Amino acid sequence: MLGAPHPLLSAVAEPVDPTAPEVVAAAADLLATLRRSPATTGLAAPQIGLSLRLIAFDARRHPRSRSWAGELVVANPRLAAAAHWDEGREGCASIIGLTADVRRATRITVHGHLPGTGEAVTIEADAIEARCIQHQLDHLDGLLFLDRVPGVLSLHRRLHTCDA
Amino acid sequence: MGLSAVTVLGVDRPGVIAAVTGSLADCGANIQDSTMTLLGGHVAMMLLVSGELDSAELMKRLGAPDLVVTASAIEARRHFCEEGDGLGYVLTVHGPDRPGIISAISAVLAADGGNITGMSTRLTGRLYVLIADVELPKKVDVAALMRRLAAVGAGLDSDITFRPVEPDLL
Repeated sequence: MLGAPHPLLSAVAEPVDPTAPEVVAAAADLLATLRRSPATTGLAAPQIGLSLRLIAFDARRHPRSRSWAGELVVANPRLAAAAHWDEGREGCASIIGLTADVRRATRITVHGHLPGTGEAVTIEADAIEARCIQHQLDHLDGLLFLDRVPGVLSLHRRLHTCDA
Repeated sequence: MGLSAVTVLGVDRPGVIAAVTGSLADCGANIQDSTMTLLGGHVAMMLLVSGELDSAELMKRLGAPDLVVTASAIEARRHFCEEGDGLGYVLTVHGPDRPGIISAISAVLAADGGNITGMSTRLTGRLYVLIADVELPKKVDVAALMRRLAAVGAGLDSDITFRPVEPDLL
């Protein structure tokens, strides 16, 4: 797992061919890393050193989860709709010791493709799953949650395990 | 009714805030503004206090063996920007730690008349984070300022975002 500051975490990740064997292998790596990180709800490929547009998430066990899409890896995810904005505290597996109150949409629609088959997928997410997915999408654009902090008083020391 | 700026620094432990604010209450001082944080295991407090006691007397009352206290008389001043004359922005800087980040960034803002109204910096591992609330005069060319900030950030190997505050007026 890469930690900030690392140049890959500031870089825009490359689009992928979801059916390419190396992309399928990268997706498997990402999912395996997520499964080994029980305090983490989602991961983006740049966090494991791969500048690819791949995200993985699983919000099932999160206490603030409502509905959930399940354990998924999505290639080339794209935010299609976002609504019902709200502030919530989030951390990041790549940033030790800090959390922040960040404004995110609590209902989103994301389009992407499944690695392997390349099948198109649409995800309707809410609550913490929506926050997690937006956090991972930011990683693909080289952004950290720190880039979305709404003000000085929104930055906090991390007292709890990370949400995203 | 005098106004005093009070600073308190001491090793963090439960009860520091209670002790300081209790002493102030006992001598009839009113806390107008205050901020408190932990810096490297030390509690750091700054308070704006009004009351009948002068600064020297306040320092005497707040004195404790494990606390470093200062108090100075101040005059209330108007805000540097007239009401509605400034625009609020949030600055975020993150990157590897190195000396001179704050001075470099604040110099760019100051050159345009920008005022840092709040700032917090944290070092966590190798990552240095700076968040600042900034007020800019309306006449500032924000796009040009952002280019200058980005250039300074690149020289510091840091990522910088600078964006308008988004207040929710409900």
